Amino acid sequence: MPLTDQERQEFEALAKQLRRDIADVTGWSGGAHIGGSMSMVDILTLLYWKYLKIDPANPAWEERDRFVLSKGHGGVGHAVVLSQRGFFDKEELRKFNETGSMLGMHLDSLKVPGCETSTGSMGHGLPQAVGMALGARVLHKDWRVYCVIGDGESNEGSIWEAAMAAAHYKLDNLIVIQDRNHLMIDGPTEDVMSLEPLADKWRAFGFETREVNGHDLDQLAEAIEYAHTVKDKPIMLLCDTVKGKGVDFMEGDPAWHYGGLSQELVEKAKQSIGE
Amino acid sequence: MAKTESTVTWTVYDADKMTQREIYGIVLKDLGAQYPEIVGLSADLAKSTKIGTFGDAYPDRFFNLGIAEQNLLGVAAGLAKAGLTPFVSTFSVFASARACEFLRTDICYQQLNVKVIATHGGISFGSGGATHHATEDYAVVRAFPHLTVVVPADAIETAKAVKACLDITGPVYIRIGRGFEPNINTSEDYDFEIGKAIEMREGTDLTIIAAGNTVFHAVQAADILKQDNDVSVRVLNMHTLKPLDEEAIMKAVTETRRIITVEDHNVINGLGTAVADVIAASGKGCAFTKLGVPDTFCPHGYPEDLMNLYNIDTDGIVAKVGELLNREFEEDEDWEDEV
Repeated sequence: MPLTDQERQEFEALAKQLRRDIADVTGWSGGAHIGGSMSMVDILTLLYWKYLKIDPANPAWEERDRFVLSKGHGGVGHAVVLSQRGFFDKEELRKFNETGSMLGMHLDSLKVPGCETSTGSMGHGLPQAVGMALGARVLHKDWRVYCVIGDGESNEGSIWEAAMAAAHYKLDNLIVIQDRNHLMIDGPTEDVMSLEPLADKWRAFGFETREVNGHDLDQLAEAIEYAHTVKDKPIMLLCDTVKGKGVDFMEGDPAWHYGGLSQELVEKAKQSIGE
Repeated sequence: MAKTESTVTWTVYDADKMTQREIYGIVLKDLGAQYPEIVGLSADLAKSTKIGTFGDAYPDRFFNLGIAEQNLLGVAAGLAKAGLTPFVSTFSVFASARACEFLRTDICYQQLNVKVIATHGGISFGSGGATHHATEDYAVVRAFPHLTVVVPADAIETAKAVKACLDITGPVYIRIGRGFEPNINTSEDYDFEIGKAIEMREGTDLTIIAAGNTVFHAVQAADILKQDNDVSVRVLNMHTLKPLDEEAIMKAVTETRRIITVEDHNVINGLGTAVADVIAASGKGCAFTKLGVPDTFCPHGYPEDLMNLYNIDTDGIVAKVGELLNREFEEDEDWEDEV
């Protein structure tokens, strides 16, 4: 197992705390993309606390690994992760969405320390991640690029344009992780615009493809470590997740793509997430 | 910002006989030798845009993204984030319209150091038809914050613009033609500064403000008017649409009081509109008219025929000057005082 018992316990507790914080910020901010933030928390926990080579004290460290949140509406989740990881003061989260705050619904890379790309419009992160991975090749750098994309986002043609390029240029320093939470704003992905057979599509596009449970830390860690061994092609970790994961009244409900939480609901959500 | 200390010479034998695209490819190849951070990208138009000249010289620094312009601009953004200086070339209509949001959000919003060299601008690809014309690109890209917009008059000026854009740390959009445009400059021996209009002809009766391929025709028109009618026409080569040289425009307003803009672009929201904004904000009365493509999609045809059709060639400009010279307009009472 790639994770020690201690790591697993630590990360599980951390993921719960991040989810509680997301609930808090959703309450403070008047509304946030909470469903898709909750679904990717376990993935981000492992990346930010175990795998990404980063230095919160020096966000521009040249040798760092790059993390691109292509599903930029997960901004609230990403902001909570970045602050917890030490990129900025957690107090900033209290001003999320406020006029003049450095934090808003879709993070601004010029304002938020640790945020590599200003995403939010769908299908823009993966092309930039491909550019960063190509850049590492030109500059003879060892950094890796991790890119989390959404499943609804994968309706965008630019995702597949970027996928073609990643395979064409054999970008084995690019690790794409799909938060396959099965829901988009208007309903289940397969009702709105069919994606399946998704794994076959990624394979056909030239990606080494692994299907994992996106909430199982051991499976995730094993898949990420496997990704590091793949040569001459990019890899897709297709993570089966639950939108709203951890909050019983949100899980699997497309209504919680975006929403606000009263103080009462924040407490209810945190209770469901647990300590 | 510190100017790039370049020892590069892009002097090219017979430059004045080359097309904008040809000289662009050669200049970029030369710059590539001095600046290892330059990378090139295209979307199956490496040959057509001539960025392939750079690509042939530096295959490890050139990326063809296939026919996928959204990804083209997005990948360029990522390369800029990695610390490189991407030059991206495709046709203007694809750079500004097909990949519009990637230029806006990835590159301009994030203030990335990407240079978009867009070819086949305006109606220069006449026979290509409206699918391949770019008569809206000024309107689109002028509205993107942080973007510098340059439209060189000819081949030699393209060389100067491509080199000058390296002095700007940030996004630049340079629009050039397809290649059948006549050259106006015969020598590299003149000052070119992004954001500063060039006075091609002195004049006191009227000012023609042109950009890109219409500069040649504006100069021709001015010379004809001088010779045949003794009309003194100033010609401004407004090669930079953004930031606009407002000072040169206001100088023309106060000194000639009559202005015609000429552009290979829809008359909506292009060069003429930019100039009109400056005049309107000044509160100064001025006889003014815009020449350009009327609000329409252009038919197929040879570029020179289309330019004639829309009066943005020499004959059209001469006729419009005559019209504007006879137009009466109301001067402010305190006009002379302020001048």
